[in-house]
Amino acid sequence: MNLEFSAEDIAFRDMVHQFIAAQYPLSLRTKAASDEEATKEDFLAWHRIVAKQGWIAPAWPKEYGGPGWTPVQRYIWSEACAAADTIPILPFGINMLAPVVYTFGTPEQKQKFLPPTLSGDIWWCQGYSEPGSGSDLASLKTKALRGTDAEGDHYIVNGQKTWTTLAQYADWGFFLVCTGDASMKAQQSISFLLIDMKSPGVTVRPIITLGGEHEVNEVWLENVRVPVSNRIHDENKGWDCAKFLLAHERSGIAAVARSKRGIDKIKGIARSERRCGQPLLNDPFFKRKLSELEIDLTALEYTELRTLAGENAGKGPGPESSLLKIKGTEIQQRVTELALEAVGHYGAPYFRGFPDDGDNMHPIGPDYAHRAAPTYFNGRKTSIYGGSNEIQRNIIAKMVLGL
Amino acid sequence: MDFNFSEEQGMLRDSLKRYLADAYGFEQRKLIVNAKSAEPSRHWKAFAEELGILGASFSEAYGGYAASGSNGAVETMIVMEEFGKALVVEPYLGTVVIGGGFMKHSANAMAADVIAKIIRGDALIAFAYAEPQGQYNLADLCTTARRDGECYILNGHKAVVIGAPSATHYIVTARTSGAQWDRDGVSVFLVDARNPNIARRDYPTVDGQQASELYFENITVPAENLLGAEGQGLSLVEQVVDEAIAAVSAEAVGCMRKLHEGTVDYARQRKQFGVPISSFQVLQHAMVDMFMEVELALSMTTMLTLKLSEPAHARSMAASATKVQIGKSCKFVGQNAIQIHGGIGISNELTIGHYFKRSTMIESQFGSVDHHLQRYDTLSLAI
Repeated sequence: MNLEFSAEDIAFRDMVHQFIAAQYPLSLRTKAASDEEATKEDFLAWHRIVAKQGWIAPAWPKEYGGPGWTPVQRYIWSEACAAADTIPILPFGINMLAPVVYTFGTPEQKQKFLPPTLSGDIWWCQGYSEPGSGSDLASLKTKALRGTDAEGDHYIVNGQKTWTTLAQYADWGFFLVCTGDASMKAQQSISFLLIDMKSPGVTVRPIITLGGEHEVNEVWLENVRVPVSNRIHDENKGWDCAKFLLAHERSGIAAVARSKRGIDKIKGIARSERRCGQPLLNDPFFKRKLSELEIDLTALEYTELRTLAGENAGKGPGPESSLLKIKGTEIQQRVTELALEAVGHYGAPYFRGFPDDGDNMHPIGPDYAHRAAPTYFNGRKTSIYGGSNEIQRNIIAKMVLGL
Repeated sequence: MDFNFSEEQGMLRDSLKRYLADAYGFEQRKLIVNAKSAEPSRHWKAFAEELGILGASFSEAYGGYAASGSNGAVETMIVMEEFGKALVVEPYLGTVVIGGGFMKHSANAMAADVIAKIIRGDALIAFAYAEPQGQYNLADLCTTARRDGECYILNGHKAVVIGAPSATHYIVTARTSGAQWDRDGVSVFLVDARNPNIARRDYPTVDGQQASELYFENITVPAENLLGAEGQGLSLVEQVVDEAIAAVSAEAVGCMRKLHEGTVDYARQRKQFGVPISSFQVLQHAMVDMFMEVELALSMTTMLTLKLSEPAHARSMAASATKVQIGKSCKFVGQNAIQIHGGIGISNELTIGHYFKRSTMIESQFGSVDHHLQRYDTLSLAI
């Protein structure tokens, strides 16, 4: 047992660090440092650079365009990205949908959807949650009725999805819909459909969140015609895809490196902010909270590394990954809390302007302050999304403790 | 010992509650917030004339309606608690509690006149005390005031002055002597907001209020506008800020009460897995813990409100203790309210998120939990 990376892994780490240092656009660097909202072009710019290098899909099998990295190498890459505070590679296509396509899809579906997902030419969104179905995903109401006309076999889809992240930019979405009848068990009447967001009947409406962001949307589906060839896996087998996808969604959910970077930012703030002329960082009360946070993050980091070592040895991530989700999101939230606390009075000004009047003004106060409150508000989502932390605790109780 | 409200106090609460229910609903408030006006809303006149609440915490000697012999603190608590429940953004705290407080306690010759204007709704006051470098230390001042004949000349930058855009007057803390954070050398001035050498940069706050940065460049303030003795203003500032802490604590209690009630209501209605989520024990316990936090917060607020007339040391310990409780309770109640609501709690369209935003801002208003823990530590060692 030892804590060291192998010589190969260290060489790999140096290589990815050099790549990011050389290739990450300067414009994105300054934007991320002040927690500015990223645009579609921002996301795509970095996506394309990494895709060109062949590293965009670390977990994909080589035959579909993955780089053939080990779990440890994937971890090193994501750490390096977070340490450099790069704009995230959006997970919807690369981490969530694609594994479903290459595992359950037909050769035609793989051919049609995998290459443009890699290149960034298809922007995916995830149509899971509904107004009445959050934690209880199996209760969804969006209905897909099978039919045939001159143009072939199709479904007519009706329903409403919600909390759809960045759907305003999406070219395609993957949706869980109900294809069975009332007599069937919920989990056995769900199908997994790919829907072209430009199809007639698809309407995307913004949901503005507490910090004023337009990050999530309602997606309305009214008589949307979807060819049967856009269904992944068998009819009524969508739940298998969904469960499989959830297991893949977990990778990186602990966000250890992002939280480390967040703690570094707080230290920067606390060096500038002063109490009676002394840096806030020297304040014993503040310092104690920061140290506790760092220690909790270290505990999370080594828990993730243990999980990772197991994965490298061929054991898939089990329900223990719920632990990473719970502790990881709690720590992310504490980072945003402490940042807001550190900025003092300048946490109060609001500079986005309400979405309909678009009067973005030049902020006052230090640069590190003006996004602290919106980031804290928005960060409350992390313990809610991806299976709320209550649901994750239920999973551990049931699957790990056997209760 | 008596924790009951008088009949008049009960009537004050009822009439204000009725008014806010009719005229200050969430949609109506949204219009006020989105208008970002530099004028007070139409409600201010109604507060003065229809409801008379602007005079509720002033004694008869000033033309107010507080019970004789009372300091009006209980009346302020009632008003602020109801304001918290309705998320009122009108400048009552700055004008009545802080502005009125400075006028009452400073025994300035203009006090009667200014208070009469406050009660009529004609004077609106914003408290310019914070500075970019000072965090929550009331004595940490770079703004200076220099005596020049019958006037003082003020220079400096005041940060995040809540209510400044609509104010007719500012109450400004400035240093007349001493080093940057000495206790001695702090002076307080009543400054006419129309003074031409004040530059103002207005902006909204995350909780729907209006605020400004104020930049003073050689502004001239008549010497009679000095509140209290020159250089000895800090104890006056501390007294008024302790009173303001009692007021925002009452507002927080109102706000948290709504967060808790809204969460319990939602949990009863929201069904997942075929049952209301209120049937899950883990959520029941969270809602019970929220309830206990609101009760403890109310207890501390009541204690502080009743101790505001005590000598400075006891009053300040009570204020800091209360603010610690309020800060912790706001965080716990707010975060759990959002968590139990799930995604919908983060939407800007529901009231719950707006209560969360306001209660979050109260956590640090007039000092964070850490600030008041340290103040309490210092005060308790000085017994």
